[in-house]
Amino acid sequence: MFSYYLKIAWISILRHWGLSLLMVCAIGLGIGAAMTTVTVNYLMSANPIPHKSEQLFYVQLDSWDVNDPFDEGKNPPDQMTYTDSTNLWKANKAFRQSVNAQTYAVIEPNDPDLLPIIADGRANTSDFFAMFDVPFIYGSGWTEQADTNKELVVVINKETNDKVFGGKNSVGETLKIDGDMFKVVGVINTWEPKPRFYDVTTGAFNKSADIFVPFSLIAEEKVRRSGNTNCWKPSGDGLAAFLAGECVWTQLWVELKTDQDKQQYLTFLDAYVEEQKQYGRFLRPLDNRLSNVMQWLENREVVADDAKMMMAMSFMFLVVCLLNTVGLLLAKFLGKAPEIGLRQALGASKATLFSQYMIESACIGLAGGILGLILAYLGLKGVESLYGDTMQGLATLDVSMTALAIILSLVSTILAGLYPTWRACNIQPAQQLKSQ
Amino acid sequence: MLESGIIIRALMRNKIGALLIALQIALTMTIMVNAIFMIQDRQQQMQRDSGIDEKNTFYLTNTVFAQDYNIQVEMQADLNLIREIPGVVDATQINAIPLSGGGWSMALQHEPGDDKDTVSSALYMVDDHGINTLGVELIAGVNFTPNDIQWRASGQSTWPDKTIITKEFAKSLYPDDWQSALGKTFYISQSQPMQIVGVIKNLQAPWNGWTGVERSMLVPFQMESQGSNYIIRTEAGRRDELMPIIEKVLAERIKGRIIRRVTTIEDTRKKSYRQHNATNKILTTVVSTLTLITGFGIVGLALFSINRRTKQIGTRRALGATQWQVMRYFMVENFIISTIGVIIGCIGAIALNMWMVTTFNLTPINIELMIFGVVALFIVGQLAVLYPARKASLISPATATRTI
Repeated sequence: MFSYYLKIAWISILRHWGLSLLMVCAIGLGIGAAMTTVTVNYLMSANPIPHKSEQLFYVQLDSWDVNDPFDEGKNPPDQMTYTDSTNLWKANKAFRQSVNAQTYAVIEPNDPDLLPIIADGRANTSDFFAMFDVPFIYGSGWTEQADTNKELVVVINKETNDKVFGGKNSVGETLKIDGDMFKVVGVINTWEPKPRFYDVTTGAFNKSADIFVPFSLIAEEKVRRSGNTNCWKPSGDGLAAFLAGECVWTQLWVELKTDQDKQQYLTFLDAYVEEQKQYGRFLRPLDNRLSNVMQWLENREVVADDAKMMMAMSFMFLVVCLLNTVGLLLAKFLGKAPEIGLRQALGASKATLFSQYMIESACIGLAGGILGLILAYLGLKGVESLYGDTMQGLATLDVSMTALAIILSLVSTILAGLYPTWRACNIQPAQQLKSQ
Repeated sequence: MLESGIIIRALMRNKIGALLIALQIALTMTIMVNAIFMIQDRQQQMQRDSGIDEKNTFYLTNTVFAQDYNIQVEMQADLNLIREIPGVVDATQINAIPLSGGGWSMALQHEPGDDKDTVSSALYMVDDHGINTLGVELIAGVNFTPNDIQWRASGQSTWPDKTIITKEFAKSLYPDDWQSALGKTFYISQSQPMQIVGVIKNLQAPWNGWTGVERSMLVPFQMESQGSNYIIRTEAGRRDELMPIIEKVLAERIKGRIIRRVTTIEDTRKKSYRQHNATNKILTTVVSTLTLITGFGIVGLALFSINRRTKQIGTRRALGATQWQVMRYFMVENFIISTIGVIIGCIGAIALNMWMVTTFNLTPINIELMIFGVVALFIVGQLAVLYPARKASLISPATATRTI
């Protein structure tokens, strides 16, 4: 029976091909627009480290100006002072902890034929690699001793390894960075978490770093700081005064296994701030926060307002397309009133008619869904070319999005088909037969 | 209109069909008005003047990596070299590039102290060539003299005692009379005095989304740091030709540094407003396809109802209705449906706007745009119904005598 209904549906679709085409296009456009914006939102709000996002916490302390609170007092500063992050790191109260900051450096390859390279760097402490599951090809991260002893060690990414060492296992080799000889201890594979959750302060969808060096080298002036710096109180001259000052530019992440650990860590933070108050710091009320990865991304509003607005609009767009389809289906099915009357008179039950017209609606929906997928694919390509780097890798359709598109189109057209079908099934056969 | 009573009664027999079109028109209007509003808002932001000679200006970064490198001497030599190249108007070292998104902000206050009100501003460190290089207009006071220029060591916390600010910044300091800011002394970094020696017409801060984007100040500093930017203005039309030349002569002049990111201000503007531009293009596409879909929907439904009413139309024609009267019937019918649609649409547009105002801090929509939306949708409706109505008017009166 099903194949017979399919055949009837096909004939009916072909007979009113203009109308059918209009419906398929409308659904296709609606699904295409909705899927494009949904995909962008979905990828922007993706969990970059699903298996442990609940255990990684970003630490915030409110060390800001008592007269002019940070973010009008709604949030503590988005980064931490050097003093606090190094103190907390030294206290070593979490399972793992990493202080980090953005840096940049000039690499002079050993091969004199190669030109110097400007590399984006990250200065971090040793736990960084284990905390964030950074994938290594060769070697590994450095040890905690390297941090404390301010050793000149470096972990480079695959791209830099290819450029400088021709892709070979470069562990143990030396690399001239800003005039100093660093020892390569590890080479990591391509690692581009989207969003770049471990540092969203300089762009949540920016590239990951090329090189990683011990955080303690910043104070030694072996690497240069970049990234955002925010101060509320003037500090004295020179690097030492700057480091001791009230400028926030470092970030602290901790890994805490259980809820209990989290509570303990919070208690520890509160105690730390109370202690610092004795030195005349932290004049604002106690506001220490631990946010896990997803909470932190939400707090930083990583999903752009534009993306949300466009998603809202594209769903309204889909509704318009569906209203369009309801109207057209209604007109079409009611136009078949004489035929329906005849079939009913010949003994077709309402259920039979219902399934027949629902199948016809579903066929249109499926065709619309496929068109929608093609349009969503093109739409994403368009979004990618319009937004450039910021959307790189954010505009791809994966399996779940494809499935969602098909389901969305089927569900929405079946919904759109319900009312017209119901109307068609309630046609009085006697009336129709009379008028013929 | 004479027939409107009849048309409404006829419509009531097919309420749902008419309501569907009305709703479609309403939603289209809701989206259209809000989308156009967003587009206009962005366009206005994009059209703001940065104050600098964007067409003929470019910049590059100079990153020093050699240990034995005299930054002060080499930088002065670089700048002298660039300024002597034929076609170059002027050049200066600068800490941040307008429109680029990265920069430095400081606040000025009327009185010294750590609990006084401050007004923040973007800060550009330039030498006495700054004004000429940027191409900004000095409208009051004087430029820095070569004697004013100081070297700023990396991490230095003291500031020079002179500054030149934009008119908008002066207005924020003296809302009643910006000119009175000239010559006054303010305090930077809570307690260091700084006198305003000049006022420039406009110069935007590097952050285009900042509410204080028109507030900038120039400070007579040359930075003794390993990484710096040179900004260069050329004679009209010679920028593209000079860019590779300057990159080459700088790179060849001395080793131990890297010259990178040779970028025009025009590209920086494009990159800076890329998101705005993209959003505008997407919204334009959405609005136009939406209007098309609604239009085609009206065409499809009208054609269908005309097909169903062929016999009645034929009868009307046989009873003496002119072609124009038949056409008019469908156009009035569409007008009535559109009216219901735009009334709901106005409510929807305001509701959506209110949601966006609270959620995304947008400004409320203006009445002109609503009127535009109403008129646009009436026109779309009438245009869409024109072809079906014309088709209906061509139905021959003889149809009335035939059975289908």
